[in-house]
Amino acid sequence: MLRAIYDWVDERLDITPIWRDVADHEVPEHVNPAHHFSAFIYCFGGLTFFVVVIQILSGMFLALYYVPDIVNAHASVNYLQNELAMGAIVRGMHHWGASVAIVMLFLHTLRVFFTGSYKHPREFNWVIGILIFAVMVGLGFTGYLLPWDNKAYFATKVGVEIAAAVPWIGPYIAAFLQGGDIVGAVTLERFFALHVFFLPALLFILLAVHFILIRRQGISGPL
Amino acid sequence: MSKKVSRRKFLTYMLGGTAGFLGAGLLFPMVRFAVDPVLKKGGKVEFVDVNLPVSEITETPRAVEFKIFRKDGWYQSEDGETMTAWVMKDPRQELGIVAFSPICKHLGCTVDWESNPQFKNEFFCPCHFGRYTKDGINVPGTPPTAPLDKYELQVKDGRLLIGPIAQA
Repeated sequence: MLRAIYDWVDERLDITPIWRDVADHEVPEHVNPAHHFSAFIYCFGGLTFFVVVIQILSGMFLALYYVPDIVNAHASVNYLQNELAMGAIVRGMHHWGASVAIVMLFLHTLRVFFTGSYKHPREFNWVIGILIFAVMVGLGFTGYLLPWDNKAYFATKVGVEIAAAVPWIGPYIAAFLQGGDIVGAVTLERFFALHVFFLPALLFILLAVHFILIRRQGISGPL
Repeated sequence: MSKKVSRRKFLTYMLGGTAGFLGAGLLFPMVRFAVDPVLKKGGKVEFVDVNLPVSEITETPRAVEFKIFRKDGWYQSEDGETMTAWVMKDPRQELGIVAFSPICKHLGCTVDWESNPQFKNEFFCPCHFGRYTKDGINVPGTPPTAPLDKYELQVKDGRLLIGPIAQA
């Protein structure tokens, strides 16, 4: 049945080459944990992507109920966590996943560093990776404010003050982040916009480039 | 007996099954979370004293405003929501009184009594020109397909109490 549907579509649209191109690629022996168990360190990049997918999905679902407004933000988070079925689980996925994503990303970076995979000809992908790291930290920073509780508020105050310590342009960065003179109504709204629109869009572009470059250049050789 | 399952088929099924199990485990909480409002039961509606002595109710429909208090997600208005009922005498009813909901049965706009000078002695909905007679019966040939809803009523100490919409 499924086979027949697939064949019907494939006959018309020739979809096989599309997924073949994504799915069929060489996995060298030195990155296959079935051959050398220590090769599990090559899984961290994929795991980071897996956690990012969880973050995107759980974030989309949280946005069904969350309100980025200083009066309602905390009340809406309290409602979605405590009064809706599975609310604590979905918010928990996003909350813990955020930390796990950063940890996986860091382990992936360490693997790339210690296997020397950043060297010629893969310098571009190292730089893209560092940009992804910056975007992920930005997602963490902006997402932290959204529950609008005491921890969120003071973490953001501290973060903004750190940014304000940058020589020359610090005060401008702080004013841009806050959207005004204080961490307040405008800050919450723009952190929300950054968290769900700007940074994810940037992340998708960078991830696409990251993956295309891997396919172009192949996995780096063994040590 | 059954056909032989090749090694490749078996591994494909195992891989698909594992991926499906992981995917379902991920998606189930999120989907359940999203559909929770569909599965939740609505709150109970209390009877509200609308500050109207029954003796003041006449044959002419009269818009009676009253407040109900209900939680909308995380939000609850301190002042409550203002509801309207069109109250009049009706000897056919148990209490001799009828209270119509002003919500048009076409697509939910608000009807008003004699608000269109063309249609005297009728409830009129401005959105799509829905009309109802004084009995709340929809005028044939106008958009509504059912009569106006009636509120459940009680009378206590000569005063009118309005409750939920009566189920037909």
